[in-house]
Amino acid sequence: MTAVTASQTIGPFWHSLADPALADLTRGVAPDDLAGGVPGSVPGSVPGSVIELSGQVLDGAGAPVSDACVEIWQATPVAAGFVGWGRCATDGSGGFAFRTFAPDTAAPYLAVAILARGLVKPLWTRVYFADTGDALLAALPPARRQTLCAQGEQSRWRWDVRMQGDGETVFLEL
Amino acid sequence: MTGYRPFAPGSQPPYAVPSYGSTALRAPHQPPVTVAPTIERAGPQLQLPAHADLSRAHGREALGERIIVAGRVTDDGDRPVAGAMIELWQANAAGRYHHERDTHDAPLDPGFHGAGRVFTDDDGRYRFVTIKPGAYPWRNHANAWRPNHIHFSLFGASWGARLVTQMYFPGDPLLAIDPIFHAVPDAAARARLIAAFDLALTQPEWALGYRFDIVLRGLHATPLATPLGRPQP
Repeated sequence: MTAVTASQTIGPFWHSLADPALADLTRGVAPDDLAGGVPGSVPGSVPGSVIELSGQVLDGAGAPVSDACVEIWQATPVAAGFVGWGRCATDGSGGFAFRTFAPDTAAPYLAVAILARGLVKPLWTRVYFADTGDALLAALPPARRQTLCAQGEQSRWRWDVRMQGDGETVFLEL
Repeated sequence: MTGYRPFAPGSQPPYAVPSYGSTALRAPHQPPVTVAPTIERAGPQLQLPAHADLSRAHGREALGERIIVAGRVTDDGDRPVAGAMIELWQANAAGRYHHERDTHDAPLDPGFHGAGRVFTDDDGRYRFVTIKPGAYPWRNHANAWRPNHIHFSLFGASWGARLVTQMYFPGDPLLAIDPIFHAVPDAAARARLIAAFDLALTQPEWALGYRFDIVLRGLHATPLATPLGRPQP
């Protein structure tokens, strides 16, 4: 076994990585009900519906974190052309917004990593769109469980990340 | 066991680093909740355009000391990580980022943008050309200066292998007093963040060579496919 390389902060000047197009995971891919009806070439289509997930990243004083990198990963739906990964830079009010396809109902959540100045390693977490008896949610007290659950319905969801203190988001050790 | 192999003791920094002021309001107070990875066992396989020469931009050569950086990406089971995407960014030779929020009183270089992207080959090897970044001041404490460094962002075979780190240069006197470097408790782990000067990688009459090997997390047991995820590469 060889030790894993140490993590270091992404710092405040990482934005050459922040192409706004990366926050739209549906780019170039159409949901099944739109396949063939989307102008331009569509290399693949995905079963299911488009969702929008937005929220704010807040620090321990409740102040917006305006220099964070929010990344999401979803393993489903599995479909040609759908990469399942996105990145969004937070704006001046700590806000982020993704557009993606709803993950399969068998695992209705996304993996999330928050990277920022002042974080020497990522904050790992998940955001859930439903509680289907998931083992992680079941193991958490209700108040903490709530921090992993997006609020909304069908296509528009809201989820805030509190890095520290009151209402602190549940962060994970993988 | 189906999760990630544990980190070697002291090889990773804690969230709260008192000497690094920005951690004060950003480090969680609650301990992280251990979770058995599910969708995290797979990860994105990214294919974006490569950009392996940072030493020129807009038809101009960047100012500064041209260097070649190369190395190998393996997992903690010593297997090469093929097809890993590595994103790179750094300050110019004067210690200034091409970034609207960098207010350091040092010149921008029209021949240098400071961003790159490379992919590892089947043996986990990568290589890029750039210029040696300059040191720059930051406001963490009185007379604080960051050592010369290049930022690395890596995607491995699974989501939990994701790594963001910094490569430092041998012999830099600022390493001894840098809170971010010293956030890593173990001295040997810190030393592995320092690239090695490599004469064999150096190209005569053209550029100095530095070698920087990187190790990513690996999973204990790797099924051919997870019920929820994609096949492992």
